[in-house]
Parts: sequence; C-alpha cells; structure tokens
Amino acid sequence: MSKNKPETALEVRDLHKEFVLPQHKRNSVKQAFVNMVSRNGRTVQKVLDGVSFEVNKGDFFGIVGRNGSGKSTLLKLLAGVYAPTRGEVIAHGGLTPFIELGVGFNPELSGRDNVFLNGALLGFSRSDMEAMYDEIVDFAELAPFMDQKLKNYSSGMQVRLAFSIAIKAHSDVLIFDEVLAVGDEAFQRKCLDVFEDYKAKGQTVILVTHDMETVKQYCSRAMLLSKGKIVQLGNPQKVAREYSRLNQEEIDKESGKKNLRTTTIGLRVVIEDMDGKGRTSFDVGECLSVTTSWQSMQTESLPNSIVVNIYRRSGEHVTGFKTKTDGLLLGPGDSSVTARIKLDLFPGKYYLLVQSLTKDDEEIETIIEGPEFTIKMQDGMKWAGLVNLEHEWVSR
Amino acid sequence: MRYLSKKNRAILREMVSTDFKIRYQGSVLGYMWSVLKPLFLFAILYVIFTYVFKVGKNIEHYPVYLLLGVVLWNFFTEATVVGASSVVAHGDLIRKISIPRYLVVISSSVSALINLALSLLVVVTIALINGLRPETSWLMVPLLLLELFAFALAVAFILSAAYVKYRDITYIWEIMLQAGFYASAILFPLQLVPLQYQKWFFLNPIVQIVQDVRYSAVTHQTITMWDKVRPIFTIYPFIVIILVSVVARIYFKKQSKFFAENI
Repeated sequence: MSKNKPETALEVRDLHKEFVLPQHKRNSVKQAFVNMVSRNGRTVQKVLDGVSFEVNKGDFFGIVGRNGSGKSTLLKLLAGVYAPTRGEVIAHGGLTPFIELGVGFNPELSGRDNVFLNGALLGFSRSDMEAMYDEIVDFAELAPFMDQKLKNYSSGMQVRLAFSIAIKAHSDVLIFDEVLAVGDEAFQRKCLDVFEDYKAKGQTVILVTHDMETVKQYCSRAMLLSKGKIVQLGNPQKVAREYSRLNQEEIDKESGKKNLRTTTIGLRVVIEDMDGKGRTSFDVGECLSVTTSWQSMQTESLPNSIVVNIYRRSGEHVTGFKTKTDGLLLGPGDSSVTARIKLDLFPGKYYLLVQSLTKDDEEIETIIEGPEFTIKMQDGMKWAGLVNLEHEWVSR
Repeated sequence: MRYLSKKNRAILREMVSTDFKIRYQGSVLGYMWSVLKPLFLFAILYVIFTYVFKVGKNIEHYPVYLLLGVVLWNFFTEATVVGASSVVAHGDLIRKISIPRYLVVISSSVSALINLALSLLVVVTIALINGLRPETSWLMVPLLLLELFAFALAVAFILSAAYVKYRDITYIWEIMLQAGFYASAILFPLQLVPLQYQKWFFLNPIVQIVQDVRYSAVTHQTITMWDKVRPIFTIYPFIVIILVSVVARIYFKKQSKFFAENI
C-alpha cells in the first residue's frame, strides 16, 4: 500500500434513506423540512438522497447542516441504528457504538450503577469498567454524588457524567452528536481539550455541530448537508462559510416573504482596526472600524441607510447607530460605508448585526450574525459596568 | 459464540440487574418479595383448593402439584408479556445505539427466569415440608424448564417484533393467556376432564411440559403425554417449539432492522 494515500476508516456509498410516514402523521412539523413523495398512497419522506463520502483514518470530520437536513439520520445510519433504504456504509473495523451521551441512563439508579450500565452499552466489560471507574468519577468531578440517584443530579451533572464515560470509549471511529450544545463554558472547554487530545492521538472523530468555530478550529474535513444531499465537502473553512451563507439565504427568504421582496444586495461586513488590519481582538477603548459594503444595480433596492448594532454574545443589545439619523445620506454612487466606533466596552465577546434599509425604513437585507470581536480583559479598568458613557464631573 | 460475546454478556448483565433494581425500587422488603409472592400465592391456593374446591383430593401432594403448575405458568406469562413489550420499552436504547436487538428480549426473559428460580426455591421448600423427598427423576426438571424457556423466548421474540408495529398485540396476547391458563390444566388435575378430551390438551406444548415436571417432581399420578398418545406423537411439542423458534428467528431478524425507525 502506498503511504501517501490515507487509509479509509469509513466509506459511505450512495446512501439513501426514506421513511414511510403513517397517514395520520402527514401534517407534522417535519414535513416543512423534507421532500415528500407520495407512493402508492403512502407518504414517503426522503431524508437522505444519495450521499457518498469517505472518512479517513485520523480525520476530524465535521458534519453540519440546518435542522432537518438529515444529519441525525446519517449518524444513525453510520452507527448502524437505521438500515439504509439504498446504498451502504462500510466501516473498516467495527461499528461505532454510540450517538448520544448517556444512552440508557436510568434516573432511578445511582450514579455508580449508571456508569456501569452506560459502560456496558458502550461495549465495556464489568472488569474494564471497574478498572476505569475512579478515573471516570474524577473526571466528572462527581465523587461525592455517586451513590445518589441520577434523578437527583442536575442536568449539568448528568452530562458531565455521561461525557466522562463516553470519552473512555475506544473505537476506530467515534461519533459525537452536538456535544457542545450542552453544558456550561467550563464543560465546553473540557470537551475541546478532549478534542485536542483526540487530534493529537490521531483518533478518527465524526462530529455533528452547529458551532462553526469548532468546525473551523478542529475539523480536518467537513461536510455540509442540505435537504438530504451533500452541498459542500472537504475544506472546513469553506463548509463553515457555505453553511452561514445557506442560513443567511434562508433568513432572507423568510424575511423576503414578509416584505414580498426577494432581492439581496450582497451585503458584507468587515471589521478592522484603525490601521486597516483585520482583527477580532481589541483593547478597551480602542477604535473599531466597521465597513459595510453592497453591490446593487437596481435603484429600488439601493440602501438608503445602514444600521450597525452591537450585541454581547450573551444576548444584550449594547448599542446601535443608523447612518440616516446620524446625518449621513447614502446615494446611488455609494457602495460601502464605514463606521468608526470607540470600544468603551466591558471585556467579553460581542458581535455585529447589520441592516440595510430603504428610505421608508423597510429592511432590504440583514446580517444577523455579523462579525464577532473580543474585548480583551485588562487590569485597572477606569470605569465599571458594560459601557463607558460620555460624562463629566463638576465639583462645587 | 457471537450471540453471547463478552460485550453482549456485559450488556445483558447490566440490563438484568437494572431490571431487578428498578423492580423493587422503594419497597421496604425489596428482593424478599420475589420469595414472598409465591409463598402467599401458595397459602391462598392451599386454602381454596383443600377446603373449598376439593378438586385434587385424589392426587397426592396436590398443593405442591398445584403450586408448581402455577409457578411455571407465571413464568411463561411473565416472560412473554414483559418480552412482548421489551423492544418498545427499550425504545430509547434502540433508537440511539446499535446494540443487538435480541438482547433486550433475552434480558427480559432472563429476569423472568431468575424470578422462576426464586419461586422454585419456595416450591422445593414446601415440597419437602409436604413430605416429598428428592429423587433422581427430579433431574428431568431442568431439561423441561429449558424447554419451557425456549418456547417462552421464541414466543417473546415474535410478539416483541410484532408489537413495534401493531400495538394491539399485548391485548390480544393477554386474552390468549387467559384462555391458555385453562387450556393448560394448571388449576385442575387433567383427570377432571372427560376422558375423550384429555389428549387434546396436549396440542398445547405447555401442557406436556407442566405435566412432565409434575410427573418427575411431584407424583406419578400426573397424566402425561405418554399416557395419551402413541409414542411417536410425543415428539409433537418439540416440533412445535422448533417451528416457533425458526419463525421467531426469521421474523425478528427481518423486523429488527427497522425497529429504530418504527418505534
């Protein structure tokens, strides 16, 4: 065998999966996302429509896609939970035993019993489990609670326990489904550490996530699914971008419906520092330049004003400015506008939401999750709270 | 053996032990109930059938004869009823991981088997008190229990696979069990049945098993298949059980591919 060609860990060939829906379920919410085909009076839901790809040994393979794109079904096919309608999954070296964390967890059993139960389901023998029990408990930081029933655990504790067992699993391919969607920041940090570890060890991992940062940072390859088909496969950066674009399209489509408008003007937002360098990390009080650009030929969809909003990652709307109210009128000749903002903001993560509006203040296009930036922690803050407002002191 | 590999045995063990832990959850006497239940059952049967309905007065050790039958029947009922809903009851597992599907059915019948063992302890104790003494013919009993287990397991496989699609199955099966209870001559000695009908009872394989266990362990007054049909026909129950097992295997294997999506 040639050394240059990576070994295949998992092969998926022309995978199709259809579900036959019982008649009374016809009007379910799921319908909104999938292609329906009526066959002999039965409603058939095509969830996967000819998916082929390979996962190589040592790949950190990300699968992304909107809800209802077929990700979960694909995972279940990979793990052998579902049988394919057509096509095949070839796993070189054992099936992958799990899909979700805490499978088989029983709320009525003690934490300890659940560790052994879950461990057995992941393919460990009793003696394997006894050997690693202490390690699992330590990692989960739950030693004082192991004799308590699981139902008395908080959801965070349950996830910690489940994850601590799951990472013990050794299989040629590991599958994680939305692990990062649960748990607090400290736990997510821990997950990412484990991922680093897997990468270092060359463990093959398949990861389903909605978090594009994780995809960009950790995945060696990625795949974007939409309506049961592969839209993009390969470079994780490209996949992440395509995913965001797809989401944007969907949002535009929805808002377009409301406004009976389907035009997009290719709205783009770029953030830079004052030297014109692309940066995402700033000091308190530094200046940020936000450049919004668009390309439009038709006069009726030309933006009359641009709105730049700053949100904290945790959800608070910090501030927002509009070109028109600030006295800047955009003309047909303009194709970009730059806002310079002094970042008197408390350290943390922020992102931008940028809108383009017509002269009647109707929305043309919006970038909901615009660029993100971080204000760096610093010692000796001169003010307290979220923002530093313009102020003066008068003493008498 | 692939079916009971180390991995599968570990899963089976955890599932059965979970089942027992959950079953006696929150009860003061806990595991004791597995023994107390057949004990009280015996007390009730003893009072009713020795003082009220004296159907067994011509059969020696009738209380033991009766209790043994009831205990075996209860095992068959438990193994098939719990087995029938086992796949659906473990839907959570089946929808998420690809453990062999037959394990959930086997685990429910192993739980029933453990209960049977505990009940049999009570039966043996009572038998000894009742004046029965161990004989070499008792050695037949484990083989007959194996036969009953095989039959119950095969039925449970068919029912559990069918139940995923047709939720009427458990109701139908419970009605059939009600009828089966009388068709299996559990509560009354077969002698009570008019002579010309006695042999038809043996169409039901359970009758052969229960009567043979009673014959081997309690009293030779028990009517067995050998008394009723030509020797060549005594092979009949085994053919039935093998046929049911073959059907069970094919049907379950075919259906189990789609359990995850049909549950």
